[in-house]
Amino acid sequence: MKEKIISIVEAHGSDASRLMDILLNVQSTFGHVSAEAVSLLATMLRISEVDVVQTLSFYHFFSTTAVGKYAVYMNNSVVSCMMGMKDVVDEFEKQTGVKFGNTTADGKIGLYYTACIGMNDQEPAALINGIVFNELNRQKVRDIVAGMKVGIPVQDMIAHYGDGNNANPLMKSMVHNNIRKTGAVVLSDYTLGIGIAKALTSDAKSVIKEMKESNLRGRGGAGFPTGMKWDFCSRESGVHYIICNADEGEPGTFKDRVLLTERAYMLFEGMTIGGFAIGAAEGILYLRHEYTYMKAYLENVLKDMRIKNFLGNNILGRGYNFDIRIQMGAGAYVCGEESALIESAEGKRGEPRNRPPFPVQKGYKGKPTVVNNVETFCSATRIIEKGAAWYNTLGTSESAGTKLLSISGDCKFPGVYEIEWGMSINAMLEMVGAENVQAVQVAGPSGICLPPNQFHRKIALEDLPTGGSMIVIGQQRDILKDVVLNFMEFFADESCGSCVTCRSFNMILRNAIEKVVAGHAIKKDVENMQAWSEILRKTTRCGLGQTSSNPISTTIKNFPELYDARVKDVDYQSDFDMEKSVKASCEVVGRSSEVHELAKVNIN
Amino acid sequence: MSKPIIATTSLAGCFGCHMAILDIDARILQLIDLVEFNKSPIDDIKTFTKECDIGIIEGGCCNSENIHVLKEFRKHCKILISLGECAIMGGLPALRNGIDVKECIEEAYLKGPTVGRNTERILPNDEELPMILDKVYPCHEIVKIDYYLPGCPPKADLIWAAVVALVTGDELNIPYELVKFD
Repeated sequence: MKEKIISIVEAHGSDASRLMDILLNVQSTFGHVSAEAVSLLATMLRISEVDVVQTLSFYHFFSTTAVGKYAVYMNNSVVSCMMGMKDVVDEFEKQTGVKFGNTTADGKIGLYYTACIGMNDQEPAALINGIVFNELNRQKVRDIVAGMKVGIPVQDMIAHYGDGNNANPLMKSMVHNNIRKTGAVVLSDYTLGIGIAKALTSDAKSVIKEMKESNLRGRGGAGFPTGMKWDFCSRESGVHYIICNADEGEPGTFKDRVLLTERAYMLFEGMTIGGFAIGAAEGILYLRHEYTYMKAYLENVLKDMRIKNFLGNNILGRGYNFDIRIQMGAGAYVCGEESALIESAEGKRGEPRNRPPFPVQKGYKGKPTVVNNVETFCSATRIIEKGAAWYNTLGTSESAGTKLLSISGDCKFPGVYEIEWGMSINAMLEMVGAENVQAVQVAGPSGICLPPNQFHRKIALEDLPTGGSMIVIGQQRDILKDVVLNFMEFFADESCGSCVTCRSFNMILRNAIEKVVAGHAIKKDVENMQAWSEILRKTTRCGLGQTSSNPISTTIKNFPELYDARVKDVDYQSDFDMEKSVKASCEVVGRSSEVHELAKVNIN
Repeated sequence: MSKPIIATTSLAGCFGCHMAILDIDARILQLIDLVEFNKSPIDDIKTFTKECDIGIIEGGCCNSENIHVLKEFRKHCKILISLGECAIMGGLPALRNGIDVKECIEEAYLKGPTVGRNTERILPNDEELPMILDKVYPCHEIVKIDYYLPGCPPKADLIWAAVVALVTGDELNIPYELVKFD
């Protein structure tokens, strides 16, 4: 073991800021990161064991105990549940003989849950040793487990490859692109190099000017003007970095998956243009762990671009040097927040930083850094190619251009749609073949749960902003149980724990909605949920806590009848159960149940 | 009109909150002009002899007897006040929450360094003893609580201001210093 770890550390230049990659390597080599490995890593990287452990313990896909030769990570997010996860889980448990959360006695198969893996259009889906298994059903599970029992490598269990680059020999994935509608910006025909050649023949200032005039706003969800971000960053002195946020973690979003698969060149070209504009020599693609299956393909794209001189030294003979490395994540939703992502890329826990200073001032390794979403960089490539004026002809007055939507849930045609900003929800539902819709979850759990009487509203940054997640919820769903409770469990799990209110109130709100679902809540509980949501929103450092109460607050606002139907109209109610609460202590001291019953009579 | 009647009790607390009540010092003379006490350690009345206006609760609930007393208070008092950290949130006794009750009892009676010679390994199980709850509960999880006075213990001036305002119906005016703890 020691030799292998030494070689892993040395392959990363014995650099502690590469701890994420080192741990990922150790995890995949040994199936876990043992205490012995931690101590060795600490010594070799000249950091304390606690420094190793704090990173190790933060991420979902690191483990200190063996996860099994075959580690199954079943997506338990809302749409997976809608599409029949329960049967799949049941079949896995039946075939392996262990419950989820455990490993078989022979250490061969481990079953675990995980949050949305970016496959909402082809659920139920699971990751097995990093490889995506989509559209699972009982029969497929039986075949998979049978294969595991005789030791077939996971890669060999894939029967059919998906469309487009999913079938690329370096990807070999069964994922479908499900591109349902192409638009003028990111999914129309693309030729490598036009944008970058144009940028490099002008100057950095002109590129930024073009970007500002394009009115492109960040496509991750927050909608910050991209040109302005690049401008701020370019004004700082010293080394600059450019980072692409491909930590697509908002449940229900999968459009970056498609861009990474089909528009990788366009993305890297956009990063290079951005790097040129702000004066960066190094770019990082922060790729979520769930998309590890793309890594070899993406590395090859980078290699190809270096060969073609679109990356590397003296790009296109214009004297600009720039290169990109891929930083893998290890499973943490909060790393989609840009400052948490930077911390993570530095090998630390993904905890958001206090702001100011903003990343454009002090970002990666304390240097000015631009962090943009995958779609933003792809759009930038097209904008430089076709010009800001052209771009402004698309979309609405306040939201220029197109937007990729990831649409899933109760509709006939789940998939990726490139639309112009300004489409109404009604038009969108017609487009995806959705009928009898009870609600649309706009912008994922951190967005809003929209009722039918608001379906006339427009998908645009000035009305319904979204990073792209749209979940259609049919009449047959129990919104509070199937959607809100699931979302709150997600946030309670994914809070980094740094802010007290985020750490505690997400848990408290999760318990409160569970109480409502169980029919035990009273009106006061709902009032409390509203008040606590407000406190949580106001007292947390990053977007997670500021939006994590939205599943509750937007359903209380938009679907009050769902709460009224379940909540008792009484002044006070105690959930205390004397019988249950004294049971354990009576057993320990050996008091008879008769005494207990007698006492109960006395007390009441 | 007859004087308002106050009852007080200490459940899973340390009597520190009651000490804080006594900290009103000479104002206790004004207090007995304003109110009458019923069941309370202050006058040693053991059971309710009258219906009361205000019940002041120190401490959370760690055993079946605490629950019983608290429910009695709710039955006999128009207004209930949770006084201090333990009543409001469980306080120090709630440190055992999250530790298995079996482990707590064994530590207390068998394994702890201060246990002494419990050679027969006796665990208290007499019928007369209250039963230990699975965790320490704050009072508002058992009965409806009307007001909360924070502190460990709450300052005497806070208790005084709150009780006087309740009894006289005057506006409650609490200076920030009285509820500022750091």
